Amino acid sequence: MSSMPPESADTFPRLLLHHAKVRGDRPAIREKDLGIWQTWTWSQVAAEVRALACGLAEQGVRRGDRVAIIGANRPFVTWTTAAAQSLGAIPVGLYQDAIASELLYIFQTAEIRHAVVEDQEQVDKVLEIGQEAALLKHIYYDDPRGLRHYTQPELMSIEKLKEAGRAFDAKNPGFYEAEVAKGRPEDPAAMFTTSGTTGNPKGVVHTHGALIDRARVACEMERLTDAEEVLAYLPPAWIGQNIFSYAQALVAGFCVNCPEAAGTVTADMREIGPTYYFAPPRVYENLLTSVTIRMEDASSIKRRMFKYFMGVAERVGGRLLDGKPVSPGERLLYWLGDLFVYGPLRNALGMSRVRVSYTAGEAIGPDLFRFYRSLGINLKQLYGSTETAVFVCVQPDGQVSADTVGPPVAGVELRIADNGELLIKSPGLLKEYYKNPAATAEVLTNDGWYHSGDAGIIDHDGHLRIIDRAKDVGRLANGAMFAPKYIENKLKFFPFIKEAVALGDRREMVCAMINIEMEAVGNWAEKRGIVYSGYVDLASQAAVYDLIRECVEKVNADLAQEEKLADSQIRRFLILHKELDADDGELTRTSKVRRGFIGEKYAVLVDALYGGRAEQYIETQVKFEDGRTGKVSATLEIMDAKTFAPARKAA
Amino acid sequence: MRQRKIGEVILDVRNISLSFGGVKALQGISFDVREHEVRAIIGPNGAGKSSMLNCINGVYHPQEGEIVFRGEVRRDMDTHHAAESGIGRTFQNLALFKGMSVLDNIMTGRNLRMKTGILAQALHLGPARAEELREREFVEHVIDFLEIQAYRKTPVGRLPYGLQKRVDLGRALAAQPQVLLLDEPMAGMNLEEKQDMCRFVLDINDEFGTTIVLIEHDMGVVMDISDRVVVLDYGKKIGDGTPDEVRNDPEVIKAYLGVSH
Repeated sequence: MSSMPPESADTFPRLLLHHAKVRGDRPAIREKDLGIWQTWTWSQVAAEVRALACGLAEQGVRRGDRVAIIGANRPFVTWTTAAAQSLGAIPVGLYQDAIASELLYIFQTAEIRHAVVEDQEQVDKVLEIGQEAALLKHIYYDDPRGLRHYTQPELMSIEKLKEAGRAFDAKNPGFYEAEVAKGRPEDPAAMFTTSGTTGNPKGVVHTHGALIDRARVACEMERLTDAEEVLAYLPPAWIGQNIFSYAQALVAGFCVNCPEAAGTVTADMREIGPTYYFAPPRVYENLLTSVTIRMEDASSIKRRMFKYFMGVAERVGGRLLDGKPVSPGERLLYWLGDLFVYGPLRNALGMSRVRVSYTAGEAIGPDLFRFYRSLGINLKQLYGSTETAVFVCVQPDGQVSADTVGPPVAGVELRIADNGELLIKSPGLLKEYYKNPAATAEVLTNDGWYHSGDAGIIDHDGHLRIIDRAKDVGRLANGAMFAPKYIENKLKFFPFIKEAVALGDRREMVCAMINIEMEAVGNWAEKRGIVYSGYVDLASQAAVYDLIRECVEKVNADLAQEEKLADSQIRRFLILHKELDADDGELTRTSKVRRGFIGEKYAVLVDALYGGRAEQYIETQVKFEDGRTGKVSATLEIMDAKTFAPARKAA
Repeated sequence: MRQRKIGEVILDVRNISLSFGGVKALQGISFDVREHEVRAIIGPNGAGKSSMLNCINGVYHPQEGEIVFRGEVRRDMDTHHAAESGIGRTFQNLALFKGMSVLDNIMTGRNLRMKTGILAQALHLGPARAEELREREFVEHVIDFLEIQAYRKTPVGRLPYGLQKRVDLGRALAAQPQVLLLDEPMAGMNLEEKQDMCRFVLDINDEFGTTIVLIEHDMGVVMDISDRVVVLDYGKKIGDGTPDEVRNDPEVIKAYLGVSH
C-alpha cells in the first residue's frame, strides 16, 4: 500500500494510532536480540507506547514538560519519544557520548525532571548530573544490567514504568485517548540539540506540523511506502535519524530495524537489506576503502574482472540510472558486469535492495559519488540542517550530480542574500531555539526567512550549490564572490592533492598553495621512472608541477562554467615544500586549514604569488613529533595556470 | 556503591600441601571462600597461585589436606567432576579452539549440560537439535552479556588477545558455574581492556551471583574489585583479609617490596 495517512493524522501519536488501525499486523520495528530479529507490529508498538505514556503520566509528566531520552537505536527510544509526545511533553534526544557539562547545561535550561536512559553507563552519568541539576527526579532505564543494587529512589526500570502505566490505564479508561486528542500540530514535538562549536549548545524546537510536513514531502517525492526497510544506525538524538527512522516511518508506515550492537551494523545491514538509506560521505568512503583493500587481496582473475567491469560501470552505470540512452552492446556488458561484479558487490555492501540512498553533511568527492552510482545504487545528495527539519533540497531521480544538492523540495523557497548567504523559507523551519529568543531572532527574521549561515548559489537548472560557510566567503577586488573552501575542495578531490589553500580575499586574483599527496604522487612518479629523494624534492619536480597544473586547470574549467565563480579561477599556484601540519599550527586539530595563519606564516610566498615572481626562496621552521624543531628550505617555483572564458549567461 | 549479600562458606580449602618431587609448591594452605564474594589470590611469581587453582578444580591432587565444596569433602577432585559440580575456570594461557568460531567455542562450555549422545549430536537428530536450540539461547545471553555479538561467527584465532580472553570467560560462564576460577584474567591486557574485564567480573558476580576466585598480578585491580585477598609467597600463606588489611600487613609488604634494613 502506498497511500499516505489522512490529513487528520497530524501529530505523531495520531499517526501511530492510524497505522495500528490500518496496518496493525505489519512490522513497525525490529531489533536484533540474542542473534535473532525480534519484530513488533504497529499494533504492538501502539500498545507499548500507550503503556509508557500512561506510566509517564502516573509519574507526573505533564503537557509541555521536557523528557530527556539518551540511548542507542533501541525500540525504547522510539517508544518513549512517542509516549512523551502522546502526553504533549517534549522529548529531548541527547547524544550518548555527550560530556557531562554539556548535558548539565541542557538539563538545567530545559528544566528536565524526567530522563529515560539506556543502561548503567548513562544512569551513572545522569545521576551525577542530577546532583547538580536539582530538578531531575525520575530516571527510567532500559537495561537493568549492573543496576540491581542501586538504591537511589529516582531510579525505575522501563518495565516497571510500563506496569505502572497499564495499572493507571485500567483505572483511568479514556485517559490516553483524551491526551492524544489534546495534541495540536502546532505544538512542539521534539527538541534537538545543536553542538555549539562556540558557546553552549542550543535546543532546536520543532512542531509536529513541521516535522510531519517535511517527512511527508520527502516520502511523496521518493514514493516511499510501508514496504520500505530502514536500518537505524546513526545517533537517535540527531535530527536526521529522527526524520529517517521516526518521522518518515510514522508517515509512510515502514519498518525500522535496530542493529544488535554498534559493531554489527555492517552484518545487520546485509541481513536486512534496507531499501532506503542515509549515510554521511565518510561512511561511503570507508565502505569503498574496505572494498578496495579486499579487492587487492583477491586473486588476479578476480582483480582483473573487477577492474574491467568497474570501467564498464563508470561509462554506463550512471547513464542507465539517469535514464539516458545506452547502446545495446553497452547494456549487455553492463548486464554481465551486474551478474559477476556489481550484484555481488552490492550484496556485500548490504545495498542490494537500496532504492533511494542519500548523503549529506559535507561535500562528497565526485569519484566516490560516481562509484556508487555506477554500481546501480541510487545515491543522491540532499541539503538541510537541524533548523530546517532536514529536507530543503533533494536531487530528484535523473538530475543527480556530485556538486549540487538539487532543487528545493516542495514547499521550500530559497533566496541568496547579497552577501551570498542562503535564506530559506519552509514549513519545516524551527519554531525557536529553546529559551533563547536572541539566538532565534538572529537566524529567523520577522519576514519568515531563515538565515542558514551557508553560502550558496543557484545554478541555471535551479539546483542549489553549497559553497562555503557564509562567514568565510570573501570578495575579490572587483567585487566578485570568493569562496575559498569551495575551490580548495575541488582541488582536494584530486587524489594527487592533499591540502590546498586558496587566497584571494580583497585581492585582484585567486592564487593557490598546494600540498601534494605523497603516496599518490610518489606512485605516479615511480611508474614514470621519475627519481626523487624525498618530499621536498618530489614537490619541486617539473613533472609534478605539470601534473598539478593539469588539476588546477581542470578546476578552472569547472569554475568557468559558473557565472558567479568564473572570476575565482586560479591564476597562479605553487606547491609547498612541506606538508601542512597541525603541529605547526597550519591545520586545526580536525584538519581544517587555518587560512589566516598560513597567509601570515608564508607571507613571502603570498607576496611572490601576487608580485608576479617566477620563484621564491623560503626557509620554514618545522616541529618534529618529538618536540625538536628544524628548518626546511627550498626555492619554490611559481606557475601560471590557464584560465577559461566564463560560460555564457543563461538566457 | 554495590551492595551484595555475601553468604556462607561455599569452598573451604584445608591445610593443602602439594609438592612435585622435592619442590614444595604449596605448604599447608587453608582459606575459605564465601558464596557470592570475589576472592583474590595474589603473590609474586612462583608463589603457588596457579597450583592452588589447579588443586581446586582437580588438575593437581594435593598430597595433604582436603577441599570442602558445598559441604562435600574431597581430597582428589577430578576435573570433570569439578566442572560438573559447579566449578568453572579460565586459563592464563588461553585454551580455546583457535579454528572454531566464538559461538562454537562458547557452545563447548555448554556441552557439559547437554544430555544427548555424541552420535545424536553428530547426526543432528531431533532431540539433539532441540537441545542445541535450547542451549544456544543461553549461549546467546552470554554473548550479549560479554558484548561480543560482532564476533559471533569469527574464528577465535583471528581475534585480538583481549577479546580471546573474553571468549575464554564466556566459555566458562556458559557452564553456569557456582564458583568461577579466573587465572590471571587481566594478564597482557592494556588499560582499557583491563577496565572492561573488571567490569565484566563485577557484573558476573552481580548478575549471576557467581562466586569468583581470581589470581592476579595487578595489585591495583585486585584491591579494587576483591572482597577478601589471600597472599601466598613461596607456597606459604602469608596474609589473608580485606584489601585494606592485606595492604597494611607487614608480612605482605615484606614479600612484595623486600625488607628495609
